[in-house]
Amino acid sequence: MNKTVNQKAWFLILPVLVLVAFSAVIPLMTVVNYSVQDTFGNNQFFWAGLDWFRDMLHSDRMWNALGRQLMFSGIILAIEIPLGIYVALNMPKSGFWSSFCLVLMSLPLLIPWNVVGTIWQIFGRVDIGLLGHTLAALGIEYNYTQNSLDAWVTVIVMDVWHWTSLVALLAFAGLRSIPDAYYQAAKIDQASRWAVFRYIELPKMAGVLMIAILLRFMDSFMIYTEPFVVTGGGPGNATTFLSIDLVKMALGQFDLGPAAAFSLMYFLVILVISWVFYTVMTTLDKREGN
Amino acid sequence: MLDWMAWTWPTATFFLVIAGLLLTFTILAVKYPETPRTGILRIETTRGDRLFITLLGSAFINLAWLGLDLGPQYFALLVCLVFAAAVFRWV
Repeated sequence: MNKTVNQKAWFLILPVLVLVAFSAVIPLMTVVNYSVQDTFGNNQFFWAGLDWFRDMLHSDRMWNALGRQLMFSGIILAIEIPLGIYVALNMPKSGFWSSFCLVLMSLPLLIPWNVVGTIWQIFGRVDIGLLGHTLAALGIEYNYTQNSLDAWVTVIVMDVWHWTSLVALLAFAGLRSIPDAYYQAAKIDQASRWAVFRYIELPKMAGVLMIAILLRFMDSFMIYTEPFVVTGGGPGNATTFLSIDLVKMALGQFDLGPAAAFSLMYFLVILVISWVFYTVMTTLDKREGN
Repeated sequence: MLDWMAWTWPTATFFLVIAGLLLTFTILAVKYPETPRTGILRIETTRGDRLFITLLGSAFINLAWLGLDLGPQYFALLVCLVFAAAVFRWV
């Protein structure tokens, strides 16, 4: 029989709620207020109703940025998740080399975003960068400041370099939690390597992989610093993702109203996706529990 | 008073309604504890989950209404009410 849910424990999070109110809820409310008004600075606001939302929903600029953003997140997930699993499967299971690999893998995760951007910005330069110079020497035309495909490749490879280790570490943790008995049973049944992966390792990793996908999706969906430092959103608008476009609009053009409407829609998309992931994760957990 | 944070009456009303809803559902949850149930989405939901789904869905209904130029925004609210009823009945 199902028990009734006692929600009273939620009252214990009231102090956190107060903190979050100041760091997130109140600023968000201000954004909502901005989104229905127009301002020319000087703290003077004029009622604009739903015009900014209408403008934004009909603006190619926002839809294009959203398209680029979804493509970027899709591509990096398609690369990082399988690659991370592959790395985790091939890491030493114990001993010195295991720890060595773990430390090595965490290194990129410790580097601040803008430093990662700077590293790759210099790395890819044709005149002084190792990557750019080598490619030029090999006769490959590569210039991330002029060619949009090169810019995309650079930004994606940079993200893969920066974040695949996170997926690998999570997948490794998932793998380590599988009892040896499963592998022994598989050996007795003469299961192939693929069968072991498909029926033992993958289902046991499902929980952590969902977390990895969620984290990577959210992070890549909100990405700002790295592409901003490397390409500045260019060439043209080729790598102008949602956040970059939003900052251009809000701070560059000081269009607070449209930018507020834009960011609210951005927020809603993120909220929906997080909710879907969260629901899938908790449902998976419950099924495993039964 | 409304100068602070650039408040306007419509947005203030909007947040008051949401705060009121949250408060009502909190009181309901404390006074009448419930069992989660599984509806057409095949996920376990409590009243609070259904409220969340309703509010989030309503936001998208309103945006779609606005984006597709379907007429005055009041009608979108009517659609939201129907949606809310459906969510609380079947999800």
